[in-house]
Amino acid sequence: MTPQELKAAFIEELIKVAPDIEADMVGDDDHIQDDLELDSMDVLNLVTALHARFGIDIPESDYPQIATPALAVAYLAKSG
Amino acid sequence: MPSLGADMEDGTLVEWMIKPGDTVKRGDVAAVVETQKGAIEIEVFEEGTVHQLTAELGQKLPVGAPLALILGQGEAAPDTPPASPEPRPAPPSAPSSPAPTVEPTVAEAPPRPAAAPTPVARPPQDVAASPAARRRAAELGVDLATVAGTGLGGAIQLADVEGAVGVAPAKTGTAAVPAHEAVKPSPMAEMRKAIAAAMSRSKREIPHFYVSQTIDLTPAAQWLEAANADRRPSERLLMGALFVRASALAAARIKAVNGHYTNDAHVSSDTVHAGVAVALRGGGLVAPPVFDAQDKTVDETMAAMRDLVTRARAGRLRGSELTMGTITISALGDTGAEAMSGVIFPPQVALVGIGAPQKRPWVTGDRVVPRKTVTVTLSVDHRVCDGRQAARFLAAFDDLMQSPEAL
Repeated sequence: MTPQELKAAFIEELIKVAPDIEADMVGDDDHIQDDLELDSMDVLNLVTALHARFGIDIPESDYPQIATPALAVAYLAKSG
Repeated sequence: MPSLGADMEDGTLVEWMIKPGDTVKRGDVAAVVETQKGAIEIEVFEEGTVHQLTAELGQKLPVGAPLALILGQGEAAPDTPPASPEPRPAPPSAPSSPAPTVEPTVAEAPPRPAAAPTPVARPPQDVAASPAARRRAAELGVDLATVAGTGLGGAIQLADVEGAVGVAPAKTGTAAVPAHEAVKPSPMAEMRKAIAAAMSRSKREIPHFYVSQTIDLTPAAQWLEAANADRRPSERLLMGALFVRASALAAARIKAVNGHYTNDAHVSSDTVHAGVAVALRGGGLVAPPVFDAQDKTVDETMAAMRDLVTRARAGRLRGSELTMGTITISALGDTGAEAMSGVIFPPQVALVGIGAPQKRPWVTGDRVVPRKTVTVTLSVDHRVCDGRQAARFLAAFDDLMQSPEAL
């Protein structure tokens, strides 16, 4: 997948977790907790969704590496 | 129309889940009602056969008004439906105030439309919509993905579907809904009003006092990290599940903090229905309970919390989930302020406020070491219990958190 496709997929799963987020408004460096206000349950649901979609088992210690769309794209590209 | 909290005055019937001739039992979902707290599933609290649906879809009904007539076994149907039926028995947790007289659709000054939430475009799958909205969309051939939702979290409500195609609200029979009823303030403004009413009542009526204890969270954090390392994401636990489990076990031991205060007396409960405060995105708060939390494992507690958070955000809670909690746990989450003194959710008598965990110097033996800590504050109703019992609750909570494997 290209970085654009990875980003689109990440944002899609993000919006499933938090349907009020508008895709166009999400910046590459927006922090999913500090800026987009996901709580720990939302983050776990996002990680679960990414696991289901990409088959990547993101350990808890790696959560900081998916904290923004830009970080997540790099992480997914590396892990996929 | 059951009371779903002391602050509720009325609700709007939006969907029937039963029909005449159905056999129903306690706990079955009879209808969906839109309230200040979103769309709520109303449960049956008697066994029997549905004889007649007396309320109309779209009708706004005061608390206590009959919705349907259910006949018990061997009970004969009345010849004609009573013009002014007796109020149905209230659920046990309902306030004892007399039910309002049954007058459907009270005329009110039309509320000024509050600033509506910005409509949200969303992918076609996983569209959040009330069942009534889904059914009406199917009837009208409307694609839900094209409808802007104004419900909680952008959920599509009945009025949104009808607004999208410009049809009059669905109605049957003659109980027309006044036109101004269609102009609704935003659901979030309604929820703020509901929270304002409940919290004002709490601070007006409940003489709160607070006890706090900072506890060593390191054993629980380490246990959680090790447990989650071997688990797939869908099976992982959150610290919140340990907090709820420890609170439930502590509340089962110190019964004075568990239950309801009704009719000038504390009715303590042998079971712990542990309300979990769930922040709704965009504002608002609900606290549906993990039922029988004292008997659930940590994994079962976590599964129940996941389900509650998902349904709370989608606006799919049940009526019993708004009224049956016996104690509430409110945690600030991973980051943020270190302590919180919460407001008790009436008619409950205590609330466990949990700050965000902090790394702090900790004295162990004669040494000072860095430890992960958390400050737990119990808000308590002084009509019901005293400092000693409250302190015992915190000591029990602390104790339980030091052996997370046993939770």
